[in-house]
Amino acid sequence: MPTPSIETLLTVVVLAPLVGAAFNGLLSGMLKRSTVTLVGVGAPVVAFGAALWAVLLWLPLRESLPDASVTAVLLQWISSGPVNVDLALYLDPLSAVVILIVTGIGSLIHLYSVGYMHDDPSYARYFSHLNMFTFAMLLLVLGRSLLVLFVGWEGVGLCSYLLIGFWFTDMDKAIAGKKAFIVNRIGDFGFLLALFFLMFHLKGSLDVPTLRAAVADPTTAFNTDNAMVTLVTLLLFVGATGKSAQIPLYVWLPDAMAGPTPVSALIHAATMVTAGVYMIARLNFLYVLAPWSMAVVASVGAATALFAASIGLVQNDIKKVLAYSTVSQLGYMVLGVGVGAFGAGVFHLMTHAFFKACLFLGAGSVIHAMHGEQDIQKMGGLAGKMPFTRWTFLVATMAIAGVPLLSGFFSKDEILFKALTYHHASGVVPEWLSVVWFAMALGAALMTALYMFRLYFLTFSGEQRDHHAHPHESPATMTIPLIVLAAGAAVVGYVGLPDPSLNLWEHFLEPVFGGSEEAIHATGSHGLELALMGVSSLVALTGIGLAWWMYRGAGREVPGRLATSFAGMHKVLWNKYWVDEAYDLLIVRPLKAIAHFTWKWIDAGLVDGVLVNGPARLISAVGGAGRRLANGDVQAYAAALAVGLAVIVFLFM
Amino acid sequence: MGIETRAITPFLTLTMALPLLGALLLAMIPADRARAHRAVSLVASLGAFLVSLSIWVNFNPALAGFQLVEDHAWLAFGARYTVGVDGISLLLVMLTTLLTPLTILSTFGAIQKRTREFHIAFLVLETSMLGTLLAMDMLLFFIFWEIMLVPMYLIIGIWGGERRIYAAIKFFLYTTVGSVLMFAGIIYLYIQGGSTSFAYLDALKTGLDLQQQMWLFAAFGLAFAIKVPLFPFHTWLPDAHVEAPTAGSVILAGVLLKMGTYGFLRFAIPLFPNAAGVFGLPIMLLAVVGIVYGSFVAWAQDDVKKLVAYSSVAHLGFVMLGMFALTAEAVQGSILQMVNHGVSTGGLFLLVGVLYERRHTRLIAAYGGIAKPMKVFAFFMVVITLSSIGLPGTNGFVGEFLILAGTFREALSSPGGINTSLLVMGIVASTGVVLGAIYMLTMVRKVLFGPITHEENRNLPDVTFREGFILGILVVLVFWIGVFPNVFLSRTSASVGALIDTCKGRMVEHRLAALPALRSDGEVYR
Repeated sequence: MPTPSIETLLTVVVLAPLVGAAFNGLLSGMLKRSTVTLVGVGAPVVAFGAALWAVLLWLPLRESLPDASVTAVLLQWISSGPVNVDLALYLDPLSAVVILIVTGIGSLIHLYSVGYMHDDPSYARYFSHLNMFTFAMLLLVLGRSLLVLFVGWEGVGLCSYLLIGFWFTDMDKAIAGKKAFIVNRIGDFGFLLALFFLMFHLKGSLDVPTLRAAVADPTTAFNTDNAMVTLVTLLLFVGATGKSAQIPLYVWLPDAMAGPTPVSALIHAATMVTAGVYMIARLNFLYVLAPWSMAVVASVGAATALFAASIGLVQNDIKKVLAYSTVSQLGYMVLGVGVGAFGAGVFHLMTHAFFKACLFLGAGSVIHAMHGEQDIQKMGGLAGKMPFTRWTFLVATMAIAGVPLLSGFFSKDEILFKALTYHHASGVVPEWLSVVWFAMALGAALMTALYMFRLYFLTFSGEQRDHHAHPHESPATMTIPLIVLAAGAAVVGYVGLPDPSLNLWEHFLEPVFGGSEEAIHATGSHGLELALMGVSSLVALTGIGLAWWMYRGAGREVPGRLATSFAGMHKVLWNKYWVDEAYDLLIVRPLKAIAHFTWKWIDAGLVDGVLVNGPARLISAVGGAGRRLANGDVQAYAAALAVGLAVIVFLFM
Repeated sequence: MGIETRAITPFLTLTMALPLLGALLLAMIPADRARAHRAVSLVASLGAFLVSLSIWVNFNPALAGFQLVEDHAWLAFGARYTVGVDGISLLLVMLTTLLTPLTILSTFGAIQKRTREFHIAFLVLETSMLGTLLAMDMLLFFIFWEIMLVPMYLIIGIWGGERRIYAAIKFFLYTTVGSVLMFAGIIYLYIQGGSTSFAYLDALKTGLDLQQQMWLFAAFGLAFAIKVPLFPFHTWLPDAHVEAPTAGSVILAGVLLKMGTYGFLRFAIPLFPNAAGVFGLPIMLLAVVGIVYGSFVAWAQDDVKKLVAYSSVAHLGFVMLGMFALTAEAVQGSILQMVNHGVSTGGLFLLVGVLYERRHTRLIAAYGGIAKPMKVFAFFMVVITLSSIGLPGTNGFVGEFLILAGTFREALSSPGGINTSLLVMGIVASTGVVLGAIYMLTMVRKVLFGPITHEENRNLPDVTFREGFILGILVVLVFWIGVFPNVFLSRTSASVGALIDTCKGRMVEHRLAALPALRSDGEVYR
């Protein structure tokens, strides 16, 4: 068999999940469960195989390729006026890394789902949606045009909506799905406006490589109209705050935990929610032109990291803790790309994909064993009963907490270091901001270690506090993915060692981010970086120690005492700062009232009642003829019309 | 714009004649033979569809003017039977011939009384709609335009709901008021042109000053604005939709409303381009108001049909916006969006009809959780909803995106600098993508999801094969247009390009002259 071209393989990568989705979706009623499994799990595995093959073929060639990239044009999609968009796939170092994450971790989560969803009556629909998600995510990542990226962007949002509301007979779950879609659409509104300003004010192309070339040309509007570049990048970031759950649009993600747990792992932790980070990294060349936009991005990221971590400290639902943790970790990634550390942001995206997917799947295994129980206060003592789940969960917890030499340690430290030493070449952004960002991120790191080990200890250590359930280890389809992901969470950090000569990651992504580095003056030395690693190691270990003391050791009454002596603070955190309630009161209710008012008073009252029916009533009141006219006799109307027409025609003859 | 090709085979006349022949045949069948009525009606409309396929095949996308033209002497005083098709009417013709047999198929269960008269009305309606789209003679156009009213009036008034008489009269009077003025306008043009011809192509050459153009534009424009309907002329629409039988609503929303938008594009803009410039911004303002207003009012509805009716006001606001932005992508997007609206809103009315046939209520609160007993129905409803809210990959996205893109281009890249009022309109119109998601997904959630709240919904039968077939074809169109829009866009580009070439300059000239206060100095973002 001749070796397929990279272009063909890329097409297979994208289409395999689509075919799987269509097959299981359209034939769901007539398929055997084993067929559903074969196709449903097979599709992402085929995509992974094709992605791996494509990347292996491309690796030795890439030095000789323009931008180290390969393009596969599938179809001329829209051609109208100046809008010319091809449906084209674009493989470069950035998309290569991300498609491997999406299809690799995606395949593991599909496999895990076989066990987790085993007894669900809508098994085929589940796999159909999950495959469709994979398709949309791959389109987002591989899209060469921003409009194709946007197709994937909204497509993943749709699948998220369908999967959050997967168990739709539960009204709360259906509402959570709808909320996710609408909040994301608010972000997408910003994204769309950005595209229009980009196309028609900056005269830029939606095609990313073409855009990049235009940005590099000093005579284009990109280099003369900085206010507009700032506006465009900020509007794009509005889209990112929706998709990547940043302040102020993060509110949908905690609710999204209503979906099946593997969905939380794949969509709401490992892949979709990182799309905003990916988009900013993809457009790094545009963002570095707008230092104020980057400052906003970094500030929102740092604030989100700290804010969400603080909520995570007091939550008792195992999935809610992980959800706020995800929001917080996404904050780190956003902070990373906001300080021009694009490589580090995407590095954390990758390490997070491993440890957070592992944590969610571990949580799923726990929930499975506890017969649906999600309250960690009712758990405890699962360590002995679920050894695989326990050990893999522990490794992932250590990774996210920043325990030295595990993956999260390297990626988080890189972001902390870059945040502290960030200095935009334009010099317009005050340097004290860097210190603020660094302090916020460090505070969030302490909280992360604390709430994650709180979660771990309450779930696995000590004695079982609630004896209704009889926990048992999950089947192999669930534990194998856990083991692979935990292994990844332990070791993938070594591709990005904090030494210029050893950092394979930065070197590999150089063709994508290299050009933007000139705009960032990183002032830090290697010595400072190592010193910071010491600091953050200390912070992580302090957090873990605190958690041990409060939830395992002598300080067990401390959490209760803290909750009573700082009752106000505890209430604020427990109620998640009442943000949902505030949005409801300030936005949702007023809009509903406006809708109702518009209908009842303006439409039915003014427009129809007064302006339209008013004259009609007047006429029929004045002349009794009106009553005879409006008697509903169809033939009379038709005759009247015909006579009237005839009269007019003959008059003009 | 002129005549590009003349027909060797009269495909256009054949397409128009087949439904009429069917109607004549029906008149000869006894009143109690319902099955025969349905069969004849379906065969006649399917025949029209098949013949219209040869219009599609023989249409040359590279030509800007009218194709497959047939021209015959007809009445005295210069009125002729002239029909032709171009890139502006082609897609709407195809939409009409496809949607009509599907709709007729949907009535097989719902319409049980006076089937003969119903199908006669329906087939006459099809012929008149096609005639309105294909006529190249103004008098012929007007005759078809007026005939179109009668069967729709009867369909609402006889086969409609409880308040059908009120709704039918409102529909009839409202649209007739518009038509009367348009007729006066047509006669004025005829006299102005030397009283020799009603031909559209001659009318294009009539010399008119701005004053005359403005009066004529107002006369034509009012008729079209009512039909669209443009805010605030829309209140007949919810009443008509709510009372009309399902099939009536489908054709009303799917095709009839487009006669208004088509009228603007075919007549009001090219015949009176300077006036279109003067009225352009105010009309676009009403269109944008319609998008937001229609969305909000739709959100407040507790009747599914009313919700869909108000969503039409919002969707057609997009179409109007695009036409008056008058850039290639905006106008092509508008034409595509007319078709998209026919597919998605037609589909939504069919879905409501499926529910109504089972439960005899249109109240959203009467449903809830029906995705469980009606799985296939739920699939169709979700897909068509996504098309309606313009999800990328579906047809709705391409139309909305092109319309908004064209509006923004006109606002940002015109030679005169940034047009702030247009820019604001573009931004406000873009909120439609959020608002659409809100009211449509809220409705879907209330109807399909959650626990079953009414016992009688627990065992609702899912869609039948017939219903599934109809909806399936619409779903194929949703994705076909969404993934391969160029198949459709390429057939509109030459005609739209010619329209813009001839009108744009005159239109923009007066847009600048008439509303100087609304224009910025172009220094906003520099």
